[in-house]
Amino acid sequence: MKTGRTIPQAKRILSNRLMWAACLGATTIAVLVLSALLITIAIEGTGALTWSFLTSFASRKPAQAGIIAPLMGSIWVCAICAIVAIPVGIGTAIYLEEYARRSRIKSLIQLNISNLSGVPSIVYGILALVAFVRFFGIRTADDAWTFGNAESIFYLQIPFGPSVIAGGLTLALVVLPIMIISSQEALRSVPQSLRQAALALGSTQWQVVWHVTLPAALPTIMTGAILSMSRAIGEAAPLLVIGGFLLVFQTPANLMSDFTVLPLQIYNWAGRPQSDFHKIAAAAIIVQLVVLLAFNTIAIIIRQKLQRPLQS
Amino acid sequence: MTSIAARTAAEISQRGRIRSAAFQGFFEGSIKAMLIALTLLSVLTTVVIIAVLVEETIGFFTMADHPEISLWSFFTGTEWSPLLGAKPLFGVLPLISGTLLVTAIAGIFAMPVGLLTAVFLSEYASPRTRSILKSVLEVLAGVPTVVYGFFALTFITPYLLQPLSSSFGTYNAMGAGIAVGIMILPIVCSLSEDALRAVPQSLRDGAYALGATKFDVTAKVVIPAGLSGVVAAFLLALTRAIGETMIVALAAGGLAQLTANPSQQVQTMTAYMVQIFLGDAPAAGVEYRSSYAVAFTLFLITFIMTWTGAVILKRYREEYE
Repeated sequence: MKTGRTIPQAKRILSNRLMWAACLGATTIAVLVLSALLITIAIEGTGALTWSFLTSFASRKPAQAGIIAPLMGSIWVCAICAIVAIPVGIGTAIYLEEYARRSRIKSLIQLNISNLSGVPSIVYGILALVAFVRFFGIRTADDAWTFGNAESIFYLQIPFGPSVIAGGLTLALVVLPIMIISSQEALRSVPQSLRQAALALGSTQWQVVWHVTLPAALPTIMTGAILSMSRAIGEAAPLLVIGGFLLVFQTPANLMSDFTVLPLQIYNWAGRPQSDFHKIAAAAIIVQLVVLLAFNTIAIIIRQKLQRPLQS
Repeated sequence: MTSIAARTAAEISQRGRIRSAAFQGFFEGSIKAMLIALTLLSVLTTVVIIAVLVEETIGFFTMADHPEISLWSFFTGTEWSPLLGAKPLFGVLPLISGTLLVTAIAGIFAMPVGLLTAVFLSEYASPRTRSILKSVLEVLAGVPTVVYGFFALTFITPYLLQPLSSSFGTYNAMGAGIAVGIMILPIVCSLSEDALRAVPQSLRDGAYALGATKFDVTAKVVIPAGLSGVVAAFLLALTRAIGETMIVALAAGGLAQLTANPSQQVQTMTAYMVQIFLGDAPAAGVEYRSSYAVAFTLFLITFIMTWTGAVILKRYREEYE
């Protein structure tokens, strides 16, 4: 032992108390911050939150403005994002966890995914601007490949331009790494014995995945998917880069429609100097937070109800 | 009347379980190929991001009508005024310093508060308190960042900062920095807590058996044992802070200046990109292209930080049985 020094008991008791106080203080700060945030928004926003606010389009006059366009836009964009990101994320996770053998390539892909999750979302916006909105300049908007007619719900043009589908694919890129990582963790938590039992019964690798591993991991995967979607629905920066419109006076009719989303609308209103706009921004934030809370509640319910213990 | 064997065969084939070995092999193979293709999508994403950024950045540095722009002038120039003045100046240092100032303020707030909250959660809190606090943190983690920007503008700056000193303007680095700090707090906290909880109970019990107080156990056993995880959590959170866009676009101001004064307005790299992409700068113009060079710089910084975090986790992790 190199320490010959004894610390007096009073000092040790004091440091112990101080540590406890510091930890409690820090936790209190976190709780206070959340309370201050919610109270500020409630005070500013509740007055403006009316039925007509939910069902009107944006307006120059704050008293007449509403959020129907960004609300529908958020739903469209988030749905496209879910349709793309959830299957791709789960598929990638299945390959990495169930198929790929330990190799240099696998660890490189893994490192690549964790790096992607650290890339700022605005950088994904730039990628999407070049790839989805402009299609790398291979075709211009005047000379686009067109499928279906402009009135139909199946109307599609390539390049996409700043449309709903470009927005949804952009968000899919942003949340894909999160989706992959959470699905991987879910698959990893399935006990190896279940797979071995299925293999011993003569299952092929895919049968093991489809009938055993996936069902066992599904509640956790769904929780991860919902949390990814709540991330997607709150993103504004990449959509701002691809040219999400700040003022839209229609709800999306098909994949090629112009769109705006709730966070972009909040940004637009919060950035104005007049306090009346701050009030409707706060009201829009309340709507956004209610949507998020619903997402989180669903995630918690899935986690608690569907999660059966896999090992007894 | 059918025989049992025929009935069984009919039932089995109805459920589609009987397949020839050749079909089964083909099926398995195509599923595997599809999964590989999905996995390659994420690799492709990285490749395309880098290709796009590199190409556009090279385009910016080689613009024929702007021979004064070079790598040297870009990275050492102390003035960033692409839109004002007769001659645009592209020195990225003010944008980097603005980003670092906001990130530093966020880190100074979030790292101690987050780590201490994590210690509270993992070492002090009862399971009940813990689950309540975890849900508070989950709510904080789910709040869209534009909401924190709004909070900085309507609460932090007018009610916390401006009463302290009249030098704080509507837009300032401090308010934005604190809001970014609040945003990264749940990340610091939940990742550090994971790291601390991964430290085996036997280490704590051993220290208690030697007569250690809770402070001794926490500060001299648990935190050192979980240090790699805590450092990785800090790095990840700071990376998020550097890349954060909406808060700084709302609350930090729009003036790129080289300053360490938190009451001044600053422009970060991300806020500049917002300004360009929201504005109507012509797509072939020099200021539009400069945003790609800024994006590339941002990408490199965050890439290096995430990579360092991964290396720290891998190399310095203390493994316990």
